Amino acid sequence: MPLPNLFRTTAFRLTVLYLALFVASVVAILGFIYWSTVAVIDRQAAATIEAEIIGLADQYEDRGLAGLIDAVRERSGEGGSRDSVYLLWDPQTGPLAGNLAAWPPSAAGVSEWVRLTLNRREDEGVVPHEVSARTFQLAGGYRLLVGRDLHERTKFRRLVVDTLIWSLCAAIGLGLLGGIFLSRRMLGRVEAVTMTTRRIMQGDLSQRIEPGGSDDEFDRLGESLNAMFAQIERLMSGMRLATDSLAHDLRSPLTRLRGRIELALISPPDPGRDRDALGDVLRQADAALATFDSLLKIAAAEAGVAAAELRPLDLGALARDAAELYEPLADEKEIRLVVATPPAPPVAAQRELLAQAVANLLDNAVKHTPAGGRIAVSVAADEPVVRLTVADNGPGVPEADRERVLERFVRLEEARSTPGAGLGLSLVAAVARLHGAALRLSDNTPGLRVDLEFPAAPPEVAGPR
Amino acid sequence: MPLYTTGMHILVIEDDQETADYLRKGLGESGHLADHAATGPDGLGMALAGRYDVLIVDRMLPGLDGLSVIRVLREEKVATPVLILSALGRVDDRVRGLRAGGDDYLVKPFAFSELLARLEALTRRAGTDAEEATQLRVGDLEMNLLRRTVSRAGRPIELQPREFRLLEHLMRREGQVVTRTMLLEGVWDYHFDPQTNVIDVHISRLRAKIDKGFETPLLHTIRGAGYCLRAPA
Repeated sequence: MPLPNLFRTTAFRLTVLYLALFVASVVAILGFIYWSTVAVIDRQAAATIEAEIIGLADQYEDRGLAGLIDAVRERSGEGGSRDSVYLLWDPQTGPLAGNLAAWPPSAAGVSEWVRLTLNRREDEGVVPHEVSARTFQLAGGYRLLVGRDLHERTKFRRLVVDTLIWSLCAAIGLGLLGGIFLSRRMLGRVEAVTMTTRRIMQGDLSQRIEPGGSDDEFDRLGESLNAMFAQIERLMSGMRLATDSLAHDLRSPLTRLRGRIELALISPPDPGRDRDALGDVLRQADAALATFDSLLKIAAAEAGVAAAELRPLDLGALARDAAELYEPLADEKEIRLVVATPPAPPVAAQRELLAQAVANLLDNAVKHTPAGGRIAVSVAADEPVVRLTVADNGPGVPEADRERVLERFVRLEEARSTPGAGLGLSLVAAVARLHGAALRLSDNTPGLRVDLEFPAAPPEVAGPR
Repeated sequence: MPLYTTGMHILVIEDDQETADYLRKGLGESGHLADHAATGPDGLGMALAGRYDVLIVDRMLPGLDGLSVIRVLREEKVATPVLILSALGRVDDRVRGLRAGGDDYLVKPFAFSELLARLEALTRRAGTDAEEATQLRVGDLEMNLLRRTVSRAGRPIELQPREFRLLEHLMRREGQVVTRTMLLEGVWDYHFDPQTNVIDVHISRLRAKIDKGFETPLLHTIRGAGYCLRAPA
């Protein structure tokens, strides 16, 4: 994985942000420790020096120069503090007492605080020590310097600064490693999704994202993407099937039409016959258009295009209307059309398509039922479904053919003499699929019984629009 | 193209030249005068400027689509009836067209007789205002819309509810050709063609009730087009 890519990941940016926050808090905490300890040490040193200066000045006043020299010698001697620096200085003769060799040139002033760097003899040699000191001008021209070795404080400060630097280095190092690791992981999974979508875009619609097995956000994202891919695949194959068969199905009527025109053109001109041919051609064009229309409707229903138009609908009213449309036709053929529609819950339906499906069922029933026969249309609630049934006592459909008659352009031998393109039941099947309804053909002993079982409309679409 | 006509003055807004020529020729031969605009803006300008009896508007037009043309016309208070002609035939396409201000919707391809019948229905509807009438009369056939009764020459006729609506639809369009699809739309609210011509059977039933036993028939079949209810001249 290229590094620039890595740095652009959200994971990495988040890690860097957290890292910055962490470093800031480490600096703040150590800073606080530093300030609260080093400053206290400084203040204590200053207070001690102040007290000693006052004490020594008092000695001088009480016991004179000799007393002061004694006191300084005592304090800077073997029994005194190892970290204290004293010097009693006579500008004319030099040092009178104390553990500092000479008056430091940087401390020229009178009664001031100075910061000195003095060399101290240690066992391992001469080591520079930092000393905070105060000078004091005594009566008689003598000068007094009292200081405190800051060596311990310096060591402590170095420790704090070292700790600070090391912990910063450690935090940055670990944070970067963690960030790179996290982003790598995340990028890897994103990459897997990207690769899958890319392969799908290249045309392999069967590709799916492998779940990581951790049941995290990525797995959930993968699941919804997979569901989407499945839907796309279903729609695509549906559309492909529809367009393929559309092209195939329209070729034959158009070929017939073309043949009829060509035949008329190669025959010797004859006004009467030519007009007949034109009438034929118009009829065939209309038939082809009607077929085309049915195929489009089937394709639309199969692609689920009209699913958004589903509204709550009273199936009983729809069945009564359709039966009423066909009743005179049945009557003319001396077929009894019986309608039974007790109240039933509404179903989610697209009225136009469903009405056409029911009309197609009735059309078939009227066509195939012999005179004196009977067609029963009924709608009944049968929890959890609402069932619409069209049953006749005609010849029926042999069990072996019941699946086949739902396919496009399938017409059974017995039906060849009746008009139709063999699309009626295909539309019924497509409309049933669109509505999530189960379509079942069975034996009405004798005759054909067609059941359409709709799920009752869920409450959210059951209300008025 | 004749200069004078007693027929309708029609504006065809259609970008397909062949369809436009077919419409103008057919309308001219039926005794109407048709102007043609090939783009939305041209059509809108002509419709706003001219006094047309009816407009035929294609939905997909260059410049400005058909529905927008109709919307602008309606906003400008132009009430000329509009027939929308479109290749888009789904239910919601139709609803959208009528909602934009169209008065009727015909899906391409169409039979010319269907177009003509619908155009005539549109111009008659704009002319008369019989919606509030309680009594309809064609010759000696009378319909009382309040009492839901029908009688011919004083003799009462029993009709089923749907037959009543079918007859009412025809009586309101007295003298006009009403096609099968117009009846299916107007009386049944179906926008598809059943495979069998069920409407013919309904008409012959109605005819048996209102014409049987009378000298002169009122309900006529117009070959290749539809039906017409008219009083004897």
